[in-house]
Amino acid sequence: MSRSRNKFLFGGLIILAAVVYLIVSSTAAGAQFFFTVDELLADGPGAVGKPARVAGAVLGDTIVYDTETLTLSFTIVHTPGDTRLINDEGGLAAALDAAVADPTRSRLQVVYVGVKPDLLQHAAEAIVSGQIDESGVFHANELLLRCPTRYEEALPAQAQG
Amino acid sequence: MIADLGFFALFIALLLALYACCSAVVGQVRGEPRWIASARAATLLCFPLLTISALSIMYSLATLDFQLQYVAQVTSRSMPMYLRLTALWGGQSGSLVFWAWLMAAFTSGVMLRNWRRDRDLLPWVILVCMFTLAFFLVLIVFFENPFLRMWQGATGAVWTAMWQPAGAQAYLPVDGNGLNPLLRHPGMIIHPPVLYLGFVSFVVPFAFAIAALITGRSDDRWIRLTRRWSLVAWLFLSLGLILGSRWAYDVLGWGGYWGWDPVEIAAFMPWLTGTAFLHSVMIQEKRGLFKHWNMLLVILTYDLVIFGTFLTRSGVLSSVHSFAQSAIGPMFFAFIAITLSASLALLSWRWNTLRSEVEITSLLSREALFLLNNFLFISILVICFLGVIFPLASELLTGQQITVGPVYYESATGPLWAALLLLMGVAPLSAWRASTARTLGRAIWKPFIASLLILAALLIGGMRNPGALLGFWLCAFVGFVTLYEFWRGAAARSARGENFALALWRLVARNRRRYGGYIIHLGVVLLAIGIIGIELFQQETQGSLAPGERLQLGGYQIEFVSLIEFQTDDGRLVDRAVVDVYRDGRYVTQLYPRQDFYFESGQPMTISGLYNTWESDVYVLLVGWEPLSGQKATFKVYLNPLVNWVWTGGFVFILGTLVASWPERESIELAAPSRLRGRRVAAGARR
Repeated sequence: MSRSRNKFLFGGLIILAAVVYLIVSSTAAGAQFFFTVDELLADGPGAVGKPARVAGAVLGDTIVYDTETLTLSFTIVHTPGDTRLINDEGGLAAALDAAVADPTRSRLQVVYVGVKPDLLQHAAEAIVSGQIDESGVFHANELLLRCPTRYEEALPAQAQG
Repeated sequence: MIADLGFFALFIALLLALYACCSAVVGQVRGEPRWIASARAATLLCFPLLTISALSIMYSLATLDFQLQYVAQVTSRSMPMYLRLTALWGGQSGSLVFWAWLMAAFTSGVMLRNWRRDRDLLPWVILVCMFTLAFFLVLIVFFENPFLRMWQGATGAVWTAMWQPAGAQAYLPVDGNGLNPLLRHPGMIIHPPVLYLGFVSFVVPFAFAIAALITGRSDDRWIRLTRRWSLVAWLFLSLGLILGSRWAYDVLGWGGYWGWDPVEIAAFMPWLTGTAFLHSVMIQEKRGLFKHWNMLLVILTYDLVIFGTFLTRSGVLSSVHSFAQSAIGPMFFAFIAITLSASLALLSWRWNTLRSEVEITSLLSREALFLLNNFLFISILVICFLGVIFPLASELLTGQQITVGPVYYESATGPLWAALLLLMGVAPLSAWRASTARTLGRAIWKPFIASLLILAALLIGGMRNPGALLGFWLCAFVGFVTLYEFWRGAAARSARGENFALALWRLVARNRRRYGGYIIHLGVVLLAIGIIGIELFQQETQGSLAPGERLQLGGYQIEFVSLIEFQTDDGRLVDRAVVDVYRDGRYVTQLYPRQDFYFESGQPMTISGLYNTWESDVYVLLVGWEPLSGQKATFKVYLNPLVNWVWTGGFVFILGTLVASWPERESIELAAPSRLRGRRVAAGARR
């Protein structure tokens, strides 16, 4: 009896170790640091070329789409990273509106090559993944958008590069 | 008026639910059946009351009573009637009412069954179901009331209240916000209710499990009683996930169907535990093993269902930045904490009565392989759960938010899925108690050889991607093993003189659960083939074309023909391109990718042109054009190999679940009438 129990324990431990290894190695491969615009810019040259994920409010006037090359360029404005701060501003929708109306906040130019997402519009929240270059332009390879003012439910990822 | 009625019904239902909880417990403790009968009557009353409530929301939606905040949020004048009615689940408060309504309907269904053999379980089932219902009703009545009206004070400020505040006038917006155009898709209309049906029906097995724990019944009666509930719950959950994927593929316009979004994962996690549960209960029924484990799985599934309801509707995790934005967030967490700790406390209290009746001895026995299956499903669950909470945990621990993307999920779960696939082929052939490699090998070697032939064909065909080769070989192997099982069973029957097709039909009809399960497995194989195809071999290209110019992608040529722009009556500006698709220079079809711009919401919507074959989908998006001249248009084209297999697999999967859950008569009554029925079928066939 106890021999068969050992057999199972041993087998279970091997599988457990394999699963833990999978989780750890995949986390290393898939993890991205999540920044606000302020945090990313504060890092200065230290942030150049490192994989990062940034969230901010889209400035509608800055959206330029070159359909020849599918190059999409727009500017995002700093929004607070802390839930409490967002709630203080009256929820995500209000926080985004406040951000785009405030010229003193830090801004970040984003360039993305691909299909222009339908949800990309003024005061939407953009979450971009990619890296910043020396000139301070953020090159995104993934672009997600939310428009909390329009409806309640969350839409899944809209664009992926 | 109608709204008042709806709110009133909701409130009474809440009181009745609370009353039913108390009176069921009192009746049980004092041993007075009339209290329990009264609790049961109160439970039954909740359904008609919530029906009134749901209907009055639908009435308000249909008649566009914009004074109701909920109606103004989710509908607009331009929306057709079916969209107005289905807006019942278009927003958070409405969908909570819908949830409660389904819950009441299912509980009534449970109440109306025959309780003669299980009278001792009844009060506790009432308690669990009504406690859950009461929680949702409290949320609706006090936090997310869909009947709130909008009022305007003398100063012009607008606020919401149930009844007219002093000095305020009714505020009536001219039009509502309307449903986002992206959500106006048949898949999105039926996807949420189907998912909810799945969520809610999992409450029933949980209620019976808790009742069994409280009463100390250590047998598998609760599992047998709720077997069909679990299967139906699982059926709807699976269907909901498939419909959601289809919607994403059709509407979201990135040629994908699953993005490992936290909201998707939230609906996926109860499916994982539910799948593990469906497998491991079979072991308890057959061998009396895994009793603790099954309890744990059903408890987990229940709380993941609550968690899923919360996440999919409240949108808390939609962005890591808006976590716990909703007022009902803390309530949900409190409820999950309470139910989880109470259930686990009960389980540990009954730990000793739930000891296994035997011990597993052979590593290759069916019990052991099922244990491994459960282990793999739970590992995938853990990976998903860690991924969802990773941003929160990392911020708590390091102060820096770190997120994990699809790469994490794909690389962490990929090998586990492959292992599950292999197990799916081998486990059904293993014997109970003990199998040896030798007996297993005897059952497997023929399909194994056949699958090697497929592998060789792929290699000769020029495929060199090791992941794809392994994946397709696994699919072939498991597919052949499963088909071989059907063939063996039917051949044994037809050896006794039955026609082969009839033998196959009877084989499945007489062992619905087993062969239904095999059909599900075949569906999974098809799904896996499709997923490997699109994940590893998707191609894309893009370009700006003048009329007559072509894009080239994997053997297909896409030629831009023309573009027109027009307005529709329902408030859209449509830009519609015409493209011809050629395969190796031969014309195959014409596609009409377009972009609709909704004036009302200022929202564009890209609708793909899709050419669909068994081999691959050509998925064409119109992404840009020169508005005035119409001379040039830009297209993005995806070639998605084998996507059709995903949808077909989904269909087979659902079919199998239907077969497995199709009602069979109770085994005691079965013997005699089924023989008669069989003869009648045979006679019919001869005619």
